[in-house]
Amino acid sequence: MTEPRFEHPPEEAAISYLADGHSLRSWFLTTDHKRIALLYLVSITFFFLIGASAAALIRLDLLTPQADLLTNEGYNRAFSIHGIVMVWFFLIPAIPNVLGNFLVPIMIGARDLAFPRLNLLSWYIYIFSGLLTLYVVVSGGVDTGWTFYTPLSSAYANGAVVATIVAVFISGFSTILTGINFIVTIHKLRAPGMTWGRLPLFIWSHYATSIIFVLATPVLAVTLLLVAAERLIGIGVFDPRLGGDPLLFQHLFWFYSHPAVYIMILPALGVISELITAAAHKRIFGYWFVAIASIAIAVIGFMVWGHHMFVSGQSVYASAVFSFLSIAVAVPSAIKVYNWTATLYKADIAIDAPLLFALSFIGLFVAGGLTGLMLAMLAIDVHVTDTYFVVAHFHYIMVGGSVTAFFGGLHFWWPKITGRLYNETLGRIAAVLILVGFNVTFFPQFLLGYEGMPRRYHVYPPEFQVLHVISSMGAALLAVGYALPAIYLIASLLPGGRRAPANPWGATGLEWTTSSPPPKDNFTEQPVVARQPYDYPLAHPASRDDG
Amino acid sequence: MNAVLRRVLVWAALMVLLAITLGAAFLPLGAARPWIAYGIATAKAALILWFFMELRREGGLVRLAAIAGFVWLTILFTLTAADYLTRFWTG
Repeated sequence: MTEPRFEHPPEEAAISYLADGHSLRSWFLTTDHKRIALLYLVSITFFFLIGASAAALIRLDLLTPQADLLTNEGYNRAFSIHGIVMVWFFLIPAIPNVLGNFLVPIMIGARDLAFPRLNLLSWYIYIFSGLLTLYVVVSGGVDTGWTFYTPLSSAYANGAVVATIVAVFISGFSTILTGINFIVTIHKLRAPGMTWGRLPLFIWSHYATSIIFVLATPVLAVTLLLVAAERLIGIGVFDPRLGGDPLLFQHLFWFYSHPAVYIMILPALGVISELITAAAHKRIFGYWFVAIASIAIAVIGFMVWGHHMFVSGQSVYASAVFSFLSIAVAVPSAIKVYNWTATLYKADIAIDAPLLFALSFIGLFVAGGLTGLMLAMLAIDVHVTDTYFVVAHFHYIMVGGSVTAFFGGLHFWWPKITGRLYNETLGRIAAVLILVGFNVTFFPQFLLGYEGMPRRYHVYPPEFQVLHVISSMGAALLAVGYALPAIYLIASLLPGGRRAPANPWGATGLEWTTSSPPPKDNFTEQPVVARQPYDYPLAHPASRDDG
Repeated sequence: MNAVLRRVLVWAALMVLLAITLGAAFLPLGAARPWIAYGIATAKAALILWFFMELRREGGLVRLAAIAGFVWLTILFTLTAADYLTRFWTG
């Protein structure tokens, strides 16, 4: 670890990180956190396309009640690879490894992360595990779903279960390295004056996420190793025939995987806090409540895993405890929603694409969160477990929440990352398209689930067809909504694209005090922080027309 | 004390505790058996943390981080036990 130093004189350091070397070597062996963030951006986009292709197959197959497109095995493999790729190779790394990697050092006034080479290693580990997953796709696939439940994944599995488990196991190390890097950086490399009470809320949420990365991921690694050991050498851990207990797998798996849900949503909450304050040009309402709520979600999120096991044969007394704790975790989440809303109250709001994404996020996150409360109730959960109600609920959080926030953050910081302005009108159209497409896709799934349509089936009674067709149409709309930003964001990079000023949104935060794109060392001189976070209004908010 | 000698002594202590664990598994201790095993396991973990992981040389922040790991493990064990210990239907 090195202390932040600024070796170059200002005039030399002003060369942007994008202009600092154009060879392949300067990208693939870089230790610059900003370049590694871009490597991650390209990689997660690739894996998003793979996961989305599997989703397209699923939605096409569900257009009719008969299995017209995929075989039973093919359908199982399509939803398994959709889940595995989307969770571990898109959602978990999306915000922390792209936006977090780029922004954490800049927001706290550091030159880089504490362990720059570890950061690059984390990307290589991610790529290696991702390629292993692609090998699984082409070598017969896996049919266990993303949860790898035993004994399906141990005693009765077909396909490349062990290879998939090894891939997920290895990707966990990438996650752990990122978590350690963020924790040490936030503790040790803050600029002078950047006290804990002055940290942007994006940093608080990434700190909370890193705690989960470091504490939960090893449990997943141990669990997956035990599954592999049982399959390969017959040690009885989860298989009842060998003296094991399948429910122990579910306990261990969800001890990681429920906090992993918060890994996917906590960074999104940090993004939204930045988007809301910048659009409202107002100080956040209740800074400490929002900051501590992130930590509270991370801590309480470790104690709720049993709500995935209400109908699994878990003790009803344990279920009652998990039900109570699951309801409790809604409190800090609600605090954030109330505080964002209060921040917007009576504000001078700029309705740009990032705010539209943030408002979409709030609506979808509330719908996902409230249905989560319904699922935390024992009686309702027994009725809708393993139906499309659950599928709709977690897509409202994962896609409606995390992916929407990722898009909002990408639009908000795109001028900073690339130095270019995108087409704002197209940005607003994309935000609305995604909101509408998402709801048309997933709201019918609440109705399907409540009426009894089970998840993971591709042959269903004809009365469910109308809702399935609506859902598939929505998915097509959603695909257009996701494709549109890819087009205009890439177009902004072409020669002739509008240049971005240092602070196009008139926002506070150290990242807006440096040039767009930032120099290699982030700042030309060591920043010193003397103001509170979100210290609005700025003296002269810059106009978007500056560029 | 010589650093190598200290490590050898700690290792020897761990081996003695391992022997006690094995021995206790064969004694008619009834309901006390798991609690004795947990006690010995805790002692082993404490030795490893204090000497092999060098927590005795570290400041408060590193010790706190190490303890946090164990607090998290306690959450895992306690809530999992809340299931296993109250499954009366399994007899």
